[in-house]
Amino acid sequence: MNITPDAIIYGHIGPFAINATLVFTWLVMAILVLGSWAITRNLSTEASVSRGQLLLEIVLEGIRGQIREVIGTNPDRYLPFIGTLFLFIFISNVLSIVPGFHPPTGSLSTTSALALCVFVAVPIFGILSQGFRGYLKSYFQPSPLMMPFNLIGEITRTISLSIRLFGNMMSGTMIAAVALVIAPLFFPIIMNALGLLIGVIQAYIFSILALVFIASATRAHEEQAASTSNTTEETIHGKP
Amino acid sequence: MESLELIGLISIIMAGATVGIGAPITALGEGWAVSRAMGALAQQPDAAPTISRTLFIGLAMIESSAIYCFVVSMILIFANPFWNHFASIAGAQ
Repeated sequence: MNITPDAIIYGHIGPFAINATLVFTWLVMAILVLGSWAITRNLSTEASVSRGQLLLEIVLEGIRGQIREVIGTNPDRYLPFIGTLFLFIFISNVLSIVPGFHPPTGSLSTTSALALCVFVAVPIFGILSQGFRGYLKSYFQPSPLMMPFNLIGEITRTISLSIRLFGNMMSGTMIAAVALVIAPLFFPIIMNALGLLIGVIQAYIFSILALVFIASATRAHEEQAASTSNTTEETIHGKP
Repeated sequence: MESLELIGLISIIMAGATVGIGAPITALGEGWAVSRAMGALAQQPDAAPTISRTLFIGLAMIESSAIYCFVVSMILIFANPFWNHFASIAGAQ
């Protein structure tokens, strides 16, 4: 029994071992890219649109609505990053019910890579919205004493993000394998359904947490701007 | 050979104990969070989207500690580095 698809090796190309994680990551990427390409090849703004375009519009509007609810402003800036994370994790988790498919999110390498993307994206979005000095200043909030803890928090939340997704997906495949041994007739179906539910929730959780981290790095600036505009308004209206 | 047996014994016991202690405490915390969220939902049904989203995020945060326990116990059983080390020494002899 393997706890990670990294251990399943199909072959070698040069010095690199081609393991199941690599193969199924490329498979998920191919499904996403080819599916989007096939659907967006002929978009229309007529009254009747194709089914695929409707599907993509619903997915896109759903993700935009969720992002708008969390950050409260225009979601288009965060849509590419958050939407890609969500779609990749969602597709690979949902495809885990296909027999023979090892979800790439069940490997610590994939989830660490995704968490590292978030780790890099947080400072980028923070610097883009409040400038380099402004972003560095956010580490010294609320007081300079908290700086080490802010730095530690930055690293530990990346680790927890990756371990959470890995643990959930690994436990899903693990429980299905154990259930297959002790009660092979009907029980594994229930555990698979549960695993499907957990997979969808984890995809949601991962992207929402990434969004919350990004929002916390960018929000301080906006709140400051809002409070200063409020005070100016008060001074304007307060003294007649 | 004796150290190998000892490592196997302790690993199995600790793998059970890790989940056995980690999971119930996490479950208590999650139950408490859900009950408070239910109370908040009953008082303010209008804020349901915000409350449920925050609840989901919080539950995922709490649940990750149980997941850590599970990962540690899985490592103890299936990928134990001490076991592998002493098993390779015993195999070489």
